Amino acid sequence: MRTPLKLADAHPGPAFPVTLDGREIEALPGQTVAAALWAAGVTSWRTTRGEGRPRGVFCGIGVCFDCLVTVNDRPNQRACLVPLHPGDAIRTQEGTGHDD
Amino acid sequence: MTDLAVIGAGPAGLAAALAAAARGVRVAIVDSATEAGGQFYRQPASGLRSRRPQALHHQWRTWERLRDGLAGSGARFAVQFLTEHHVWSVERDSDGFTVHALLGPEQRESVAVRADAVLLATGGYERVLPFPGWTLPGVVTAGGAQAMLKGGLVVPGRTAVVAGTGPLLLPVATGLAAAGVEVAALVEAAGPKDLVRHGRALVGKLPEGAGYAARLLRHRVRLLSRHTVVRAHGDDRLTGVTVAALDTRGRVRPGTERYLPCDTLAVGHGMLPHTDLAETLGCRLDGLTVAVDDEQRTDVPGVWAAGESTGIGGAALALAEGHIAGRSIAARLRGSEPDPAQWASAAKARTRLRKSAAALDAAYPPPAHWSDQVTDDTLVCRCEEVTAGAVREAVDELGAGDVRTVKLLTRAGMGWCQGRVCGPAVAGLAGCELTPSRRPFARPVPLGVLARQHDMATEKGTS
Repeated sequence: MRTPLKLADAHPGPAFPVTLDGREIEALPGQTVAAALWAAGVTSWRTTRGEGRPRGVFCGIGVCFDCLVTVNDRPNQRACLVPLHPGDAIRTQEGTGHDD
Repeated sequence: MTDLAVIGAGPAGLAAALAAAARGVRVAIVDSATEAGGQFYRQPASGLRSRRPQALHHQWRTWERLRDGLAGSGARFAVQFLTEHHVWSVERDSDGFTVHALLGPEQRESVAVRADAVLLATGGYERVLPFPGWTLPGVVTAGGAQAMLKGGLVVPGRTAVVAGTGPLLLPVATGLAAAGVEVAALVEAAGPKDLVRHGRALVGKLPEGAGYAARLLRHRVRLLSRHTVVRAHGDDRLTGVTVAALDTRGRVRPGTERYLPCDTLAVGHGMLPHTDLAETLGCRLDGLTVAVDDEQRTDVPGVWAAGESTGIGGAALALAEGHIAGRSIAARLRGSEPDPAQWASAAKARTRLRKSAAALDAAYPPPAHWSDQVTDDTLVCRCEEVTAGAVREAVDELGAGDVRTVKLLTRAGMGWCQGRVCGPAVAGLAGCELTPSRRPFARPVPLGVLARQHDMATEKGTS
């Protein structure tokens, strides 16, 4: 099967664990929150303030702010920009992220 | 203090930095990313240790030259490269410029870079016009899908439809296919005749187009030209799209709708330039782009601009413009008049590439009647969750005739993205031209940072 990692002949260091809402997932060195979540098959990690609708990556380059997420208790981080570190705790952000 | 601050490490910024540094200018490049390259040459994160990043790229040799130049420029002063610096404002005062940048992914602290001259090479971002279902997870911008692939070596799903209009769709479709995604269709609003009509100015681009055609064929990607996505389906994530044929006037032909199952839709309708910094500096804009002269100078002394911010035209044009800007800056900072004969070949390339950019722009207009598909319950402003119905009410019943009034009545454009995403759609629904939005800052800035700026300014004033 073709994969992006094979296409670019990538040999990353060992994957490390992070958590999404308490569930353990793996991330590769250098990957952003959004990249690790996509690799884990997750495409939404926020619900909107008004209608509570799910959102994830849209622009992928930090312009649209749709991919906001809570990382290590800090809400409103752009998942497409923030790199992950071992043990980081990602949480689905509900609304403004300041209510819980 | 440096001689020149280059804002943006894409093709334009790098070409300018290298040209200036080679002529003795002290250069600091300021960029928000962790690696140089900008969007076009976005590199895989270094931790992913890719041995073949060129598999995701075009014109790799050019990138190697830029990268090697940056690494060991051979210039009198090494180019200083400031990564993860998110520039939010550039101020001009009596003795130069202050570039204000938020640091790192946290963006809680701001630093100031002082320079005698500034080159704005801020690039562009994608325009996406709304349609029902476009806020579902799984719907991403075409450029976003490409950025995540190039930078993170990830893809959004298993089966994708790539749709919209413009030359970006081809590399996105072939890139996703090469990375293992089944690309169910490339849905392009322009028809083959639209391209032929502008063929003369596109002569240089046609071999490139033929290469993509071969790759589409190899990956068995179906090309649906003169088609559009009319709806994205799904409850909590994308499960498929309905596409339909367009008639010669750009209206959906009734009865041609068909459903394509997919978990990813990569969609885009061309590019828009980032001009916020130029606007706050007071640079004259020509429509949506920064106006520059033959040397790439803006009308504000000490401020040059190159690349997409001066008109969407692609990486090769950005390189030519950046090179010219760098040489002009080197001469002007020495107080001498530059000799345009020295950059004659770059100027020739610039003329030719601007012509083909204009032809591409004409060949790939946004679908003329896109708003016909936008139902009243479709969100237009993704941040503030403002529907098309609310925007139409503001226009039809409350008399709003421009984007600003619609914003005041509906909050469309008041959210995190500051109207960058919904601006074109709101303007279209209001029946007016998209105009520069005159944002005071180029990105959201924490209030604490602004308060500290004020304190510092006050201290300076009283001491």
